Amino acid sequence: MHERREGEINLSLTGLTAHELCELLRNREISSVELTRAHLERINTLEDKIRAFVTVTADLALSQAKETDAKRLRGEELPPLAGIPVALKDNMCTKGIKTTCGSKILYNFIPPYDAAVAEKLNEAGAILVGKCNMDEYAMGSSTENSGFYPTRNPYDFNAVPGGSSGGSAAAVAAGESVIALGSDTGGSIRQPAAFCGVIGLKPTYGAVSRYGLVAYASSLDQIGPFSKDVTDCALALNVIAGHDPKDSTSAPVDVPDYTKFLVNDIKGMKIGMPREYTGQGIDPEVNVCLRQAAARLEELGAVCEEVSLPHTEYALPAYYIIAPAEASSNLARYDGVQYGLRVEGDDIISMYSKTRSQGFGEEVKRRIMLGTYALSSGYYDAYYLKALKVRTLVKQDFDKAFEKYDCLLTPTTPSVAFNFGDKINDPLAMYLSDVCTIPVNLAGIPAMSMPFGMVKGRPVGIQLIGRAFDEGTLLRVGYALEQNSDLTRPRPELKGVM
Amino acid sequence: MRITANDVEHVAKLSRLYLSEEEKENYTQTLNSILEYMEILNRVDTCEVEPTAHVLPLKNVFREDKLHKCLDRELALANAPEEEDGCFKVPRII
Repeated sequence: MHERREGEINLSLTGLTAHELCELLRNREISSVELTRAHLERINTLEDKIRAFVTVTADLALSQAKETDAKRLRGEELPPLAGIPVALKDNMCTKGIKTTCGSKILYNFIPPYDAAVAEKLNEAGAILVGKCNMDEYAMGSSTENSGFYPTRNPYDFNAVPGGSSGGSAAAVAAGESVIALGSDTGGSIRQPAAFCGVIGLKPTYGAVSRYGLVAYASSLDQIGPFSKDVTDCALALNVIAGHDPKDSTSAPVDVPDYTKFLVNDIKGMKIGMPREYTGQGIDPEVNVCLRQAAARLEELGAVCEEVSLPHTEYALPAYYIIAPAEASSNLARYDGVQYGLRVEGDDIISMYSKTRSQGFGEEVKRRIMLGTYALSSGYYDAYYLKALKVRTLVKQDFDKAFEKYDCLLTPTTPSVAFNFGDKINDPLAMYLSDVCTIPVNLAGIPAMSMPFGMVKGRPVGIQLIGRAFDEGTLLRVGYALEQNSDLTRPRPELKGVM
Repeated sequence: MRITANDVEHVAKLSRLYLSEEEKENYTQTLNSILEYMEILNRVDTCEVEPTAHVLPLKNVFREDKLHKCLDRELALANAPEEEDGCFKVPRII
């Protein structure tokens, strides 16, 4: 090992990607313990300001790291992410580790089993450094709905990190974790990825097992990775994707080696640019970045053309009927009987009602009521059934576009990260921040957000949308853009903290 | 008004939620503006459209009727706010 100053090592290690770190680990230039310590120290330094985590699993991480080092010393063959620090959104069950879903109603819940993705990361040798903050029950776009505290954006502490997986995005952006998993029901991976300047991929519905993921809206929820670059995204997807008999909505399809798509060649690729995603409500400066990205892709040999997805504006209202309807049913289980908070009452109904009233936050109650209303007798056809029909039309728009285009390119969000307090008192304004990401969930197709440029010191995210089970094309286009542009890897300065 | 304070109260009851007066007012107002926004769905002609409840072409996923390992009773009860004789304990029902 060559000589380096302790501080220097830590600073540089937390800035590296998983594939860079894997190589350093393999060549024994660093140890897993050293790498884990660097991340835990970084968490120690930054958490006062950023608050990306609900739980930091320092002891567990260090003991896992020691074990990995011992195995490496013995010359054992190690799995792909051996020694790499990762974090999980706190709605993924971890055996023996508190899993709150960002809610007071689950403040003390310790799952008796691991989510499929937690098990897979563990088998892949990853080191769990903690569980990430989120909007309660994944309902929100800023982490301001967390039952505990909001997470701050590493680029600007006055700005939200996005949500609902805001903790996961901020943790990766700030170098507190190399990779993190989030969940995406209407944009909850891609929107915070855009706001925090990292890669965030929502896989095809059914590509990743939801076993052990606390359900929000079951027909839309999907788990996916946050990473610092496209290569790490492919590595993480390799680990978590695949059929799982324990999730009956998991798709029985073969999983390719996603790193095979990381080729620096997109000549002749046809990319559609839906005009509905760049019109009214989209910050013109975001559109400038999008056009720059398109121009770069064209220079690399792709063809970018305008396309129309005419039902786009109806996706958001349809989503806010379907998702709350599913949530109202899914969240019926939080009643103070089996786990979590219980507030005593005179009889069982008052125990249920008191527990739920004190345990759930404002937005969760709003969506439970909205969903209950949309499903209630007399309103079912007008709201719920209507929304399901509109969902068909939204999906057909994409099907039609993909007859001609290999993938689509849009902004991920209408604007860069907004400030705390800007939208929290106006639910509809908050909902509209997911206007570019929601249609993708209704159609069940994959999409990836990647950084491309900055506006007023805050990262801009662009979104690549693909055909069902064609994550490969998104990785390929993203990789080519990353290899040929210096606008895709922003770094937060973390002024006043580092 | 699409939804009145009385409707909110009814929906809260169905949802097993108690609301304060302040909450009732807040939800009546915000739910109204959300439902108002949803009116734009009525501009879409969906007469000939089939609903999509689920995007995957999956139906009736069965497995062999074989015994699998399942959670120990002790583990399943570990998070229970109250338990007795290996069961979840709840307040009086009748």
